[in-house]
Amino acid sequence: MNDAARSPLSFRDPARARRLLDALAHLCAGRESDPLALMHVCGSHEQAIARFGLRDVLPKGLDLFMGPGCPVCVTDAPEIDEAVRLARAGIRVTTYGDMLRVPGSDVSLAELGGEGAPVEVVYSVAQAVELARTSDEEWVFFSTGFETTAVATAAVLLDDPPANFSVLSAHKYIPPAMEIVLEMPGSRVEGFLAAGHAATITGWGVFEPFVARHGRPVVVAGFEPLDILAGLVELARLARAGEARVVNAFPRCVTREGNRRAQDQLWRVFERVGGRWRGIARVPNGNLRLRPEWSAWDARRRHASVLSGRVARAALPARAPCRCGEIMAGLARPTDCALFGRECQPHQPVGACMVSSEGTCRIWHQYGGRPDLGDAE
Amino acid sequence: MCLGVPGRVIEVKGWIATVDFFGVQRQVSLQVVDEPVAPGDYVLNHVGFAIRRIPEDEIGETLALYEQLIELAERDDLMAEDVRGELAATKSGGGAE
Amino acid sequence: MSRDGRRIEMRHGAGGPAMRELVGSLFARGAPMGIEGGVGLGALDDGAALRLGERWLVFTTDGHVIDPPFFPGGDIGRLAVCGAVNDLAVMGATDVLGLSLAVVVEEGYAHADLERIQASIEAACREADTRVLTGDTKVMRRGEIDGVVLTTSAIGLVREGGDPVRDAGLRPEDEILVTGTIGDHGMAVMTRRHDLSVGAGDGELLSDVAPLNGLIAAALAAGGPAVVAMKDPTRGGVASALHEMAQKSGVGVVLEEERLPVRPAVRAACELLGIDPLQVANEGKALLGVRPEASDAVLAALHAHPLGKHARRIGRCTATRVGSLILDTGFGRRLVTESEGELLPRIC
Repeated sequence: MNDAARSPLSFRDPARARRLLDALAHLCAGRESDPLALMHVCGSHEQAIARFGLRDVLPKGLDLFMGPGCPVCVTDAPEIDEAVRLARAGIRVTTYGDMLRVPGSDVSLAELGGEGAPVEVVYSVAQAVELARTSDEEWVFFSTGFETTAVATAAVLLDDPPANFSVLSAHKYIPPAMEIVLEMPGSRVEGFLAAGHAATITGWGVFEPFVARHGRPVVVAGFEPLDILAGLVELARLARAGEARVVNAFPRCVTREGNRRAQDQLWRVFERVGGRWRGIARVPNGNLRLRPEWSAWDARRRHASVLSGRVARAALPARAPCRCGEIMAGLARPTDCALFGRECQPHQPVGACMVSSEGTCRIWHQYGGRPDLGDAE
Repeated sequence: MCLGVPGRVIEVKGWIATVDFFGVQRQVSLQVVDEPVAPGDYVLNHVGFAIRRIPEDEIGETLALYEQLIELAERDDLMAEDVRGELAATKSGGGAE
Repeated sequence: MSRDGRRIEMRHGAGGPAMRELVGSLFARGAPMGIEGGVGLGALDDGAALRLGERWLVFTTDGHVIDPPFFPGGDIGRLAVCGAVNDLAVMGATDVLGLSLAVVVEEGYAHADLERIQASIEAACREADTRVLTGDTKVMRRGEIDGVVLTTSAIGLVREGGDPVRDAGLRPEDEILVTGTIGDHGMAVMTRRHDLSVGAGDGELLSDVAPLNGLIAAALAAGGPAVVAMKDPTRGGVASALHEMAQKSGVGVVLEEERLPVRPAVRAACELLGIDPLQVANEGKALLGVRPEASDAVLAALHAHPLGKHARRIGRCTATRVGSLILDTGFGRRLVTESEGELLPRIC
C-alpha cells in the first residue's frame, strides 16, 4: 500500500537507512560525553526528523539541533505592526496562515477582530494576486519566508501585477544568520546541514566563502529520510576530520551555481538590507526588501502615509521565562523552557517558536514534546 | 509552507504545468525553473512554483553517492586519492544538463 | 452570576482533548459510569448501554454540521445515518432497531437538495437494514444557521448472549485492527475546500462513509468476547480514537507505519497539505482491540466482507508508556499526538 516507498523519487528505504545510521554511529563513537554538535537551519528538516522518528535512533554521540530556520518565528514585531496598521487603515491584507498569530508589539493580525479590513489567508502569493484582481480595493500581501519563498514573490511581481496590489516584504535570507549564530557566546556548532530547497535556488557555491571564513563544514541535504541521514553522515565525517568544505549531498536538485534564472528574478526585485531577526538581534544583510524600482508595488512606499509616524519599537522581551531567542539560536532546546507544553501551547502560544508550523517548539509539541521519546521503555 | 513531494508533469500550457503528485494534480508555474519542462519530466515544487527539473538518472546517482558515503564513513583512515576524486566529481557536476 | 469569561472555541468540537475536557467537566459532570452494570454517560463511550430483559440495548446520538453538505462519496444525509449506526455497531449493537431524525434547515435552502439528502438517508437505512422511526423539523431564518443541521439518535441491540463492547477494554499484548483504509473521508472533504483537482480511478479521493453494523457483526461472530474494545475513528482520526482507548484502558499502543492502510491519493493529499493521515476523520471504519489468539480469525472475517477488504493488523498494546500512542516509522519511533485544534473544521 505504501506507493511512496516504492517510488524511485522517494528516499525512504529502511534498509539503506539502517546502514546510514550504522555509519553515523561509527562516526560519533567516543563522543557520548561531549556530543558532536551539528546545526540545521530549516523547519522542514526538523519536521522530517521528527516525523520519521529519526531522533529516536540518532547516536548518543551526536547532538543535532535546529537554529534560526523558521522565517515566521524570526519576523520581528515592527514588521507585524506594519501589517496591523495597514489592516486597521482598511487595506486588505493577505498572508500565509502562520503569520496570523505572531504577536506584534500590540496585537497579532488574528486579534484584530472586527477592526479595519479583514485579513485573508492564502496558500500562495499567486492566490494573493488573484484576490487583488477581484476588487478595486487596495490589497497588500504580507510576504514572509526565506529566499526560496521570496523567489515566488519576485516571479509574481515580474509578471505584470495589478496596480492595486503591493507587497510588504518580511522575507529573510539565511546565510548571514548562520554567521551570526557562530558568533554568539555559547555557540558550539561544529558543522551545518544546509536546506536543500534554498540551495536549489542559490546553489551550494554561496557557502564557500562562509566555510573559508569560519572553518566549519556545510553539507547541503534534501528532506527525505535517506537524504537527511546521508547528509548527517557526510557532515559528521567532515566535522570529525576537521575538514572545512562544502559538500552537496542533494545532487539531484542542487548544483554549485543553482538556478540562475530564479536568482536573476530574485535580485532584480529584492535587495539585502540589515535588520532585526526576532530573538537573534541584528543580522546584517539578512532581510530582503524591494528595490526602489519597485516602489509602486512596495507597500512601505505605496502606503507610506499609513505607515509613517511613530516608529514601532522592537518587540518587548517576551515574558521572562520564554526562551525562544535562545532556542532559535540553537542555544537551548524546547524542553529547556519552563513554559513549553504548559503555559505555552499551540492554541495559546507565548513565543513565536510555538506559533509557526516551522518553529522548533511547535514541531516538538506536535510530536508529543519529546521527539526522541525521552526515557527508554 | 509545504515544500511538496516531487511531481510528474502531465501537461504544459504556456507557463503553467499540471503536475501529478501520486494521483493528486496541481497547477504549478514554470516561471522560475531554469530548464524547459515537458510532460513526463519530474519537478521539485515550492509554493506553487516549479524550482527545479529533476533528471531521472539523478536518482540512481544519488543512491550510489549514499553508498559511497557509507563506505567512507566506515573507513577509519584518510581516504585514498582516487576515491576522493570520484566523490568530488559526483558532487560538483551533479546536475546532468 | 458567573464571572467565568471563557468562550467556546472551535477546538472544543474537534474530537480531541479539549472536547473531552468540555464534555467531562460540563455535559457529563457527575454522570455515572454505568447503571446496573451497563455503560453510562460518565464513561463517555460511543453510546450508552442499558439492560433490557435478557438483552443489552444501546442508545446513541449524533449531530451533523458537515461543510460542504455534498462531498465526494456522500452527503450529510448518508453521514447522519452511518454516524449513528456506527456508534451503535462499535458498542456491539449491530441490530439497529431504528433512528430518530431531527432536521434544522435554513430559510431559503433548496428543496431539491433536501430531496437528495432524503434519498441518501433512505439508501443508507436500507444498507444498514434499519429505518427512521420518528423525527422533527425546524426552520431558522436566513443567516441564523448555515444550510442544514441533522441530529440522529439510534437504538440497537447487542446480539443474544453478548455484552456491550467498550472502548476501555484493552490489555497489554492485545492487537489493534483497523477495518480498512484511513483518512479517506477527511481528505475527500479537504480536496473540495482546497481546490485540489484529482485524477481518475485510484487517484480519486472519496469519503468512505458507510454503515458498519454488518461488518462488525461478522467480526463479533468470529471473535466473540475476544474482541475486547472497539471505536470508530471519526473526528481526530485514528490518533484521537486510540488515545482515548489507551487512556481509558491503561495501556500504551505501538503502531507500525508500514502496516497502516492508506490509499495513495490520500497519502499524496496529506503530504501536500502537511497533514498526518492518523489525524484525519474516517466515517466508514472501525478500530478493534482483539486478543492475540483470535486476531487471525477476526481478520479473516473482516476480509470476507465487502467493507473489510483492506482490514489490517496495525499495532499492539503495551504495558509501558500508558496512555501514549507510538508510531514505529520503520526508521525510528515517535509519539503520535492528537491534533490540537480544528485540523479540519466541520468535517462531520
